[in-house]
Amino acid sequence: MQWQQAAKALFPQGHDIVEEGSLLRGSGPCGDVVFAVIGSTHHTEVGVELALDMAAEVLRTVREHPGRPILFLIDTEGQRLRRRDELLGINRYMAHLAKCVEIARTHRHRVLGLVYDQALSGGFIPNAMMADLCAALPDAQIRVMNLPAMARVTRIPLERLQVLALDSPVFAPGAENFVRMGAIDAIWEGDLAARLGQALARADPHDHRRELGEARGGRALAASIVRRVIDAAASE
Amino acid sequence: MRTYYEATARKRIEGIVDADTFRELLPPTERTVSPHLKVLDLPVAFDDGVIIGSARLQGQRILIGAQEGGFMGGAVGEVHGAKLVGVLERAIRHRADGVVLLLESGGVRLQEANAGLIAVSEVIRAILAARAAGMPVIGAIGGQYGCFGGMSIAAACCTHLVMSEEGRLGLSGPEVIETARGVEEFDSRDRALVWRTTGGKHRYLLGDCDALVEDNLEAFRDAIAQAVRAGERFSLETVEREHAMLERRLERFGTAPDAADIWRMLGFPEAERLQVLPAHELVALAGVHRTVPSPVES
Repeated sequence: MQWQQAAKALFPQGHDIVEEGSLLRGSGPCGDVVFAVIGSTHHTEVGVELALDMAAEVLRTVREHPGRPILFLIDTEGQRLRRRDELLGINRYMAHLAKCVEIARTHRHRVLGLVYDQALSGGFIPNAMMADLCAALPDAQIRVMNLPAMARVTRIPLERLQVLALDSPVFAPGAENFVRMGAIDAIWEGDLAARLGQALARADPHDHRRELGEARGGRALAASIVRRVIDAAASE
Repeated sequence: MRTYYEATARKRIEGIVDADTFRELLPPTERTVSPHLKVLDLPVAFDDGVIIGSARLQGQRILIGAQEGGFMGGAVGEVHGAKLVGVLERAIRHRADGVVLLLESGGVRLQEANAGLIAVSEVIRAILAARAAGMPVIGAIGGQYGCFGGMSIAAACCTHLVMSEEGRLGLSGPEVIETARGVEEFDSRDRALVWRTTGGKHRYLLGDCDALVEDNLEAFRDAIAQAVRAGERFSLETVEREHAMLERRLERFGTAPDAADIWRMLGFPEAERLQVLPAHELVALAGVHRTVPSPVES
């Protein structure tokens, strides 16, 4: 979906979101709450500039609009694969964006994410995957890599991966699989403005993804292992 | 002097914490193995490639996690990631003095694709949540496999990062970039180029690691213990200072073709000579030339 379409459905009362290069920024009202909107478009690769621009928007929101909820609208092809970005420390820029999200959270901003088109690994770790709650639209593509590439890298025959992917959400791309594993809260269909409002009402600052994955049967171990580590008797 | 570079994760923990204080959590006897590797008939490890536990470090109560590069390059799967999240959350629960992460990882374990990506993002959130709760999280990088992929973001989220010259840090590894963009973009077999771009010295001069140490366990131990003692400061102000620093970095070096050009612009006229300087001499020289955020008054 185009971001303009998504934004229109999310904010039927209107919005002032603009596209600057691959960056989306602006705001829109949801009921009587105004959201700060920060995003990316054109399947862009996230390089040092875009990560920094997004971070600037988060910091500006915290300074100028205390408590205003933030919505990340995500469409990305992943991190930018350039030697120049590595030379400049792209991991630091990504981490900085993640830190800004955490600081917003500690300043009582609710942070939501919506994958409206596609999301690949490094491009959405420091934004929507740092959100209190992340959702996706029905046609959204979410993946680490596609099955042919995974077959090449892991030297596991493609046919075998295709069979495994029928039953397991672990291997195959797709927003549905990320729902089963708890990383995506829900696929939003129908009235997007209503879904946004409901999500805002439910969002809280704790990371519930491992429990969701456990409850939904898509990630059996993560939650129980964290519990075991936290609860193990101290033996000092 | 015992090398950090060649030590296993277990030897690194032993070499860094106070003698006989390490208590492992979910030790190999509990056989917490990856369910996803089993499905693929791939070898598993009884600790899933990461060792966690509590210990004393120069008397301070710490929790520690050490990734084992010898198992799948330290790559993060569901179990591996959950152990790191657990150790970070346990530190808050038990009011530890700090968390130490000995990082060695290629990032997401591709054999656990979606589960690995989610696990890495949960580790990053857990690091930042710990810091927001006032818990210092100290990272260290100095092993053969370096620290790449999503775990490089985790490393840069730490309160304080210690590296040796031999340590390498980057988001996308040189091989990944060469495969995607061609050898003209990044020649992964040009060892000097790889070293200049991702190595500990460049990261130190840029300000992306906070301490550069010699490759031995004692040097890592002292730098990590000092960072735990220094404590945590994570606030809107510190993040704004970092933002200003990262903006300036782009303005100054955004078009620099090579690390050596950046070093010259930082004020090292004989940039090439840096490559042969021992870590302590480079640290002594670096002084005012390094780019770091301006301090926040307490």
